[in-house]
Amino acid sequence: MISDEQTILEVKDLKIHFKLHEGLLKAVDGVDLSLRKKETLGIVGESGSGKSVTTQSILRIIPQTAHLEGEIILRSEETGKNINLATLPMNGKEIRKIRGGEISMIFQEPMKAFSPVHTIGNQMMETVLLHRTKDKNEAKEIVLQSLREVGMSNPEQRFDEYPHQLSGGMRQRAMIAMALASNPAILIADEPTTALDVTLQAQVLELMNNLKEKTGTSIIFITHDLGVIAEMSDNVAVMYLGQVMEYTDVDTLFHGAKHPYTLALLKSMPSVGAAENKRLEAIEGNVPTPINLPKGCRFFSRCKLAQDGVCNVQDIPLVKIEDGHYVRCVLVDEKNRGGR
Amino acid sequence: MSTGIETNNQPPVTPKSVKKQKEGYEVASQWKLTWWNFKKNKMALVAAVLFIVLIIMAIFCSFWSPHLPNERFKTYKDAPPANVHFSDENGISRPFVYDLQLKVNKETFRRTYVEDKSKKYYLHFFVKGGSYKLLGIIPTKTHFIGLEDSTKPFFIMGTDDLGRDLFTRILYGSRISLSFAFVGIFFTFIFGIILGGISGYFGGVADTIIQRLIDLLLSLPTIPLWMALAAALPSSWSTSQTYFGMVLILSVIGWTGLARVVRGQMLALREEDFTMAARLAGASNSRIIFKHLLPSMTSYMIVNLTITIPTMILGETSLSFLGLGLQAPAISWGVLLEDAQHLESIAFHPWLLWPVAFVIVTVLIFNFLGDGLRDAADPYKS
Amino acid sequence: MLNYIGHRLLQLIPLLIAISIIIFVIIQLPPGNYLTTYIQQLELSGTAVNQSEVLNLQHQYGLDQPVYVQYFIWMKNILFHWDFGNSFQWQEPVTKVIGDRIGLTMLIAIFSLIFTWVIAIPIGIYSAVRQYSIFDYIFTFIGYIGLAVPNFLIALVIVFYVFDHTGLAISGLFAPEYVGQPWSWGKIVSMLERIWVPVVIVGTAGTAGLIRTTRAMLLDELGKQYVITARAKGVAEKKLLFKYPIRLAINPLVSTIGWTLPALISGSAIVEIVLNLPTTGPVLLNALMNQDMYLAGSFLLILSVLTVIGTLISDILLAWIDPRIRFGGMEE
Repeated sequence: MISDEQTILEVKDLKIHFKLHEGLLKAVDGVDLSLRKKETLGIVGESGSGKSVTTQSILRIIPQTAHLEGEIILRSEETGKNINLATLPMNGKEIRKIRGGEISMIFQEPMKAFSPVHTIGNQMMETVLLHRTKDKNEAKEIVLQSLREVGMSNPEQRFDEYPHQLSGGMRQRAMIAMALASNPAILIADEPTTALDVTLQAQVLELMNNLKEKTGTSIIFITHDLGVIAEMSDNVAVMYLGQVMEYTDVDTLFHGAKHPYTLALLKSMPSVGAAENKRLEAIEGNVPTPINLPKGCRFFSRCKLAQDGVCNVQDIPLVKIEDGHYVRCVLVDEKNRGGR
Repeated sequence: MSTGIETNNQPPVTPKSVKKQKEGYEVASQWKLTWWNFKKNKMALVAAVLFIVLIIMAIFCSFWSPHLPNERFKTYKDAPPANVHFSDENGISRPFVYDLQLKVNKETFRRTYVEDKSKKYYLHFFVKGGSYKLLGIIPTKTHFIGLEDSTKPFFIMGTDDLGRDLFTRILYGSRISLSFAFVGIFFTFIFGIILGGISGYFGGVADTIIQRLIDLLLSLPTIPLWMALAAALPSSWSTSQTYFGMVLILSVIGWTGLARVVRGQMLALREEDFTMAARLAGASNSRIIFKHLLPSMTSYMIVNLTITIPTMILGETSLSFLGLGLQAPAISWGVLLEDAQHLESIAFHPWLLWPVAFVIVTVLIFNFLGDGLRDAADPYKS
Repeated sequence: MLNYIGHRLLQLIPLLIAISIIIFVIIQLPPGNYLTTYIQQLELSGTAVNQSEVLNLQHQYGLDQPVYVQYFIWMKNILFHWDFGNSFQWQEPVTKVIGDRIGLTMLIAIFSLIFTWVIAIPIGIYSAVRQYSIFDYIFTFIGYIGLAVPNFLIALVIVFYVFDHTGLAISGLFAPEYVGQPWSWGKIVSMLERIWVPVVIVGTAGTAGLIRTTRAMLLDELGKQYVITARAKGVAEKKLLFKYPIRLAINPLVSTIGWTLPALISGSAIVEIVLNLPTTGPVLLNALMNQDMYLAGSFLLILSVLTVIGTLISDILLAWIDPRIRFGGMEE
């Protein structure tokens, strides 16, 4: 994957394994990603594809039992230096400075993501006090400003309210405000709209796009919804069973995707590009648990084009077929292949 | 753990083997899954084995015990536990005990026993002793272990102030104490299912009344209430009447836990599709309850009952201990502990505390068993 | 908040009425009534029965009237005259016999509660945070034992152990010279020297239970999303632990006070008997054995009311620390 001076985050050959009774669970198995300034990278995949674990590992907030391999290079805006997040000590000072500072995260269910017994203000102040200022009054100003920016009515009152007193949409706005209050260079959004109803989804997505324009934050946007991808992303990584199956820009994804899994995903949408929100159900079966996987293509068991003796012989590499378009499939026409 | 990995229990499969594996997976019934899970918990497994040992001990108590429960050894009152020797002056020998001789301290007038080394009695298996009826039917004289001459002193856990063998009495006591717990659980079960079932299935006024009743029972201090009700049992009642009276007292107060479980499950299951399907098919309320709802919550009920058994055992033990429960000549662990109520008796005859050990081990067995079952009952969890 | 308390108080009234009825029924259960027992007692001791006194008592408690009238008279005397009836065993008004005893029982229960919390919460937190560590296993196992062994059996074993090793009989709450004396500083000190024995014994089972609950609650909270949120904000682990999951795990624990306190009061009854303390347990047992039913009934009534009040207090505490309850919004 291309990496240039515009790249601020690069994930190289990331592997996250969990040792379980049943065997080795390869939640993430050799993922490469790169994120450039002001870009939105969409990661799409079914639940169990490893997309959340991948992003959580960037902040190193995966369980300590996980075995992590590979590189996560952050080009720090503050220092201009490259930091390998994968090698920082867990919960140490350095990584804590990055968490919520240079990289913030918003989560799927705002009700669960906030502590129910602390006020919104209290929880937002925490971030600001950790990363921007030690002065309480200034911090409160920043928090209120941040709440205003996400379109919260009456921020002074909201400041002293508890999460359960806000509506679902308001809570997600507060979550976004909390993430942005520290002026992060990168915002990771883990299915931020999945728990919201359709109208609220549209509002929140619009809000995020506007804020991105304004602040120039890069965004990693995780979703299982291709409609949302179409609206949000510049580049897209399609993940399945802990691997990137296809990586391309958003236009190519919808008009020139090559991987059978991507195609199946696209077919399962009622109409491409529409902001309709349907669970993807048309691919037969579920994502298998990535424990003791057989050799070969991960999608083999559910792929309509799968060929015995071809697809299940050896592990498939992610291959560049044109600039900025990578596919992990042996069946993709040889003609399309360029160099790696 | 919210790592974003939703583990579904499906094994990764290739297309060809999909069908076969799926079938194998579905064949495993809930009971099987429970058993697989249960096996993983070593403590629970040990408890299960001990539980079986306990039951066998109680059922055949007359066979295991060396003496008869009411056999009095007038020359061996308050005798200490027997000292079983495995070697004599000639080295290792088959196990034997010495005779006991009473010594009275001239100053304190305390009576103690010393071993009379001149009389040696070997232990034997399957000896002939006092006659009893095995399981209440088969007349026999055979005891599992004992001395050739059953009138000689072989008291594993000592004797009480009437010269009765404590070990024998504890074994016989286990029969009453354990059966009490099971009969008690049976009644608790009935109360709990009926009231919890009504509460959860019908809802409305019935639910409100039963819920208030539960609140009421929970706000009364249990042990004083037990004591008051047990004291109200007429003293003229026979042993078996008192036994059932106490069972009723404990279950009338103790059904609330199970009722809550049943109600909660009912509320959840009532909304399930299969209940609706049965209702649409015209099944009656009682049919839905007994054919569909109750079977699907069996595991929860078994777990709850296992956890309630210790309450029953402790209830009987503490009431009898206080003299409010079962009375001699009935033999239960609580009745036996009544002898240990006073400091004077346990200070000089500490072996009278032996029933304590049995109570504790039994309660532990049921706790571990209950915990293991609870963790195992929900095989799809985590 | 005031609304909430008012609401809870109103709910208590029917509960208290129901409790009083149940206890009255229990008092009535044994054959005969207060007077017949009293007369029987007098006859046994060879004292002549004073007919006018009998009639007087009969009238005072309405014993010649139907049962429900007796109930109302009983309640009326309690509520308006603070008259719980007489104890024939003690030949005194019940209030006088009960006096300090209820207070001491409550004292033991409250001390046990404090003991339980001080011991169990830190251990529970440790066990949860260091799950599956050696100490976690040790504490879990001790907890099992503590739960399995009934209080009074611990009391028996401790009494024996102390006697066997020191020759001292631990019983009572005061040194002999203070028994029956009015309260004084010396008496309080003497009590504090001895009260820890019943406190520890009564608190054992509760401690074991609370360790398990704390551990389970905290483990539950540790995996929650808001913990990950806080971690993702860059909060240090220790601070995070105390500010979020522990704070949230405490809530359900506070609600357990509602049933821990009654359990402590209830469980202490037998321990008090074994240790022969000047508290409610032994007197209650005696009253029950001798069918001194006004005395027994009053004990039951007061203990139950205290239990209900304990539950109320824990509910209020919970509402105070948990905004979700305080604002009445439990939407999710």
